Amino acid sequence: MNDLKTGSNDWAASSASNIVRLGCWTAAWVATTALAAFGPKLMWNFDTLLTILAVLINLGVGFGMIVANKRCLKGMDEMHQKIFLDAAVLSLGVGLVCGISYELLEDIRLIPFQPAIPHLIILMGLTFLAGIIAGHRKYQ
Amino acid sequence: MKNRLKVLRAERDWTQAQLATELEVSRQTVNAIEKGKFDPSLPLAFKAARLFEMAIEDIFQDEVAS
Repeated sequence: MNDLKTGSNDWAASSASNIVRLGCWTAAWVATTALAAFGPKLMWNFDTLLTILAVLINLGVGFGMIVANKRCLKGMDEMHQKIFLDAAVLSLGVGLVCGISYELLEDIRLIPFQPAIPHLIILMGLTFLAGIIAGHRKYQ
Repeated sequence: MKNRLKVLRAERDWTQAQLATELEVSRQTVNAIEKGKFDPSLPLAFKAARLFEMAIEDIFQDEVAS
């Protein structure tokens, strides 16, 4: 039996810390989005300066989340990177195709209401999640 | 692509988790490679070859060629 040279698991620790960091950035982004959405009405009565500040903070934290997401992806092993990228491609494609069709529905008077971006985001999120689950099942 | 990773690992009495740690990938990735469901990149295949002190073609074989 050959002994393994090292017992270190730096890669796994670094990967786990990337996921925790991404979770923190995502939570911060959700919190700042809520602040920018509800703050003007509920906290500072539409004060322009505070509203602009809240939106800028939200954008800044959003970009931080994107960087953390990229770092998290780079820290994954190659199979998990492939699963992630396949799911992202699926989500982007479904988002683009369905988003444009959804937007058309009102123009051509097939639906009576204005299409809302949150519906598209929910669809893309669910598609991404389904892609991740399908990817894990594929390589199980 | 076929590979002898499972046999080589068993000969050395290593677990999937130990091999995964050495190759700096997850245990699920080692499992998928052993089952032939995921083909490793060239750098990862070379890393495995270095770890087992073997030539890369002694571990991984192209199914079309064999």
